[in-house]
Amino acid sequence: MAFEGLSERLQKTMQKIRGKGKVTEADVKEMMREVRLALLYADVNLKVVKSFVKKVSERAVGQEVMKSLTPGQQVIKVVKDELTELMGGEQSKIATANKPPTVVMMVGLQGAGKTTTTGKLANLLRKKYNRKPLLVAADIYRPAAINQLQTLGKQLTLPVFSLGDKVSPVEIATKAIEKAKEEHHDYVLIDTAGRLHIDENLMDELKQIKEKVNPDEILLVVDAMTGQDAVNVAQSFNDQLGVTGVVLTKLDGDTRGGAALSIRAVTEKPIKFVGMGEKMDALEPFHPERMASRILGMGDVLSLIEKAEATIDEEKAKELEQKMRSASLTLDDFLEQLAQVRNMGPLDELLKMLPGANKMKGLNNLKIDDKQISHVEAIIQSMTKEEKEHPEIINASRRRRIAKGSGRPVQEVNRLLKQFEEMKKMMKQMNNMTKKGKRKGFKLPFM
Amino acid sequence: MGFFNKLKQKLTKQTNVVTEKFKEGLTKTRENISTKVNDLVARYRKVDEDFFEELEEILIQADVGFDTVLELVDELKMEVKRRNIQDSVAVRDIIVEKLVEIYKGDEEEINTLNIQNDGLTVILFVGVNGVGKTTTIGKLAHKFKQEGKKVLLAAGDTFRAGAIEQLEVWGERVGVDVIKQSEGSDPAAVMYDAIQAARARDTDILLCDTAGRLQNKVNLMKELEKVKRVIEREIPGAPHEVLLVLDATTGQNAMVQAKQFKEATDVTGIVLTKLDGTAKGGIVIAIRKELHIPVKFVGLGEKMDDLQEFNPEQYVYGLFAGLVEEGDEE
Ligand SMILES: Nc1nc2c(ncn2[C@@H]2O[C@H](COP(=O)(O)OP(=O)(O)OP(=O)(O)O)[C@@H](O)[C@H]2O)c(=O)[nH]1
Ligand SMILES: [Mg+2]
Repeated sequence: MAFEGLSERLQKTMQKIRGKGKVTEADVKEMMREVRLALLYADVNLKVVKSFVKKVSERAVGQEVMKSLTPGQQVIKVVKDELTELMGGEQSKIATANKPPTVVMMVGLQGAGKTTTTGKLANLLRKKYNRKPLLVAADIYRPAAINQLQTLGKQLTLPVFSLGDKVSPVEIATKAIEKAKEEHHDYVLIDTAGRLHIDENLMDELKQIKEKVNPDEILLVVDAMTGQDAVNVAQSFNDQLGVTGVVLTKLDGDTRGGAALSIRAVTEKPIKFVGMGEKMDALEPFHPERMASRILGMGDVLSLIEKAEATIDEEKAKELEQKMRSASLTLDDFLEQLAQVRNMGPLDELLKMLPGANKMKGLNNLKIDDKQISHVEAIIQSMTKEEKEHPEIINASRRRRIAKGSGRPVQEVNRLLKQFEEMKKMMKQMNNMTKKGKRKGFKLPFM
Repeated sequence: MGFFNKLKQKLTKQTNVVTEKFKEGLTKTRENISTKVNDLVARYRKVDEDFFEELEEILIQADVGFDTVLELVDELKMEVKRRNIQDSVAVRDIIVEKLVEIYKGDEEEINTLNIQNDGLTVILFVGVNGVGKTTTIGKLAHKFKQEGKKVLLAAGDTFRAGAIEQLEVWGERVGVDVIKQSEGSDPAAVMYDAIQAARARDTDILLCDTAGRLQNKVNLMKELEKVKRVIEREIPGAPHEVLLVLDATTGQNAMVQAKQFKEATDVTGIVLTKLDGTAKGGIVIAIRKELHIPVKFVGLGEKMDDLQEFNPEQYVYGLFAGLVEEGDEE
């Protein structure tokens, strides 16, 4: 599949780099190439990608990444931070006029989803904000567009203003405002016909409507599947009309939606809503962070990274890694590792956040039981300091004592000791391999 | 003779009107790619790595599938080395040559429709929401009507508000009948009705509309499979064409659309719509190359006669028209 996640790609690049123990500028350059590819696959506009990569590179060769134990993840984090930033951090709400009615114009290319979005927005305004919207059928061109809005109005039991398709949209819009005032509607949503941004006549028509009705919002409706052209379209609509916000539609599809990022970056107009389905309640506020993850194709790995950051002390991790390398790991270290992982949340939840984890064979059946971990903890905690540091001294009677102390059967104590022994053996082998140059990037599970 | 000239000669022999209209539709597109390539060529006298990287970027901006771009640029590099070309101007010729080559592959391009000489021809239209299925059906109905064929439309979009009425308006415009049921009814049942009606009326062409659906909606894709099965069951060999309608504005996701719809309905051809905008629909090159689905028609506007048969050379020519003319002057 072409749409490989950025995290997967970066991971691959990192595997090559990991052995070096230090990330060089050349390494960062290679990683940035992956970032660039991933963003382009997600339809992020090339110009946006270029300036973005430049910015991230600067941060990535900086101290915070180079010094990090986990430079690969640091880079991803930098990427995600910058992406979120680019998409405009905060949620942006729909305008409310000081003097009602608030007038909203819906504009965009053909087939973007304006009519459906008009219906959804009206529904949201009524349900969530207790408003009394009037829908206006100003698309006189597309066959049955008026009928479509009227049908939606009926479904929602909301009034639709129409003068048929023989009256100019400018007149329809103007009359609609009068009507709204008379009937005390506090929102007027004008559904305009889809048009190309290069169609001068039709763009003029929108300018005229704008002049007449003086809208509080001009929402540009954009299909999330749009490619590189999204920026041209958005810029053009914005230059000609002064768009106030963007609605991104069809985000329930499997597109990455990089166009969204580009539009925001180029026009600096906030994305206010996203369409998540064909039903009338499928309109949601926009979340920059979620969008960032989606564009990177990294599932929730970002929250995982954040959790790891919040809970794992880098210094301690370093020490631990050192111990693992020299195979001098004690049961105490093991316990600490467990504690850290547990701080991050239930284990199987964590696993699910990993990109590709659901595709990994066996992982699905692997039920990680939190209870089991507490048992392991209980067992280790019932050992003496000496036992924890030198588990080889734990003989049969000590095992019975530990079992009693922890309230677990002796077999479980045996199993744990055996597992620990094997883990140490494995580490030794890996270290030997490393020395022979066949480094197999050995890492703690959470690093 | 340079490739451009050969191409141009070949094309001028074809109906001039078509080419003009096609070119007109692609004007914006052409300005985008060709101005950029010309600018690139002007800035780089010699061909080097940076030249190729910038070329890569220009093609990416045309939504040409990413892997296709990489492959094209790799081949270009080899060709340039093989022919020992250093002058950047000479590379332009090869760019177009390669692009056409990549699109066509080894196969014979079949961009005409599989129309039955006698008996009913059924054409099923599929695609995501808002790409132009219904409009294309209207345009195509007009085209067949003009050719003197008896045409019938099936209102298979029983889901979207106003969809049936939209098709009915097109039916009136063109002067053909529409077979429909009420909103919310089973689309497969509409198809069944339509086929019976087409038989009874001795219809030549039945054009079947379906509701737009995103390719990742499993249930909706199943529904589409069922619609197709009903048609297959009623008429052996039908549907004779399954046309996937793609919006030229769509980016990389168009490839996923093509893959999924092909899997569900065995798509036989593509209609690329909205080429009168500024988007290039370059992804069709990758789709043709990877999935072997040819483009059969392009949509160049909202009016009845804004539909053209697709010609790959014209398409690429349209993309690079600016280059050809400039090349001639030199
Ligand atoms: N500029 C331009 N607009 C087009 C073209 N083809 C279709 N449209 C417009 O695109 C919009 C959507 O077209 P429809 O035919 O309703 O699309 P659809 O695929 O049937 O949409 P759904 O049934 O809602 O999924 C309409 O406004 C059409 O007029 C084209 O080639 N160029
Ligand atoms: Mg339709």
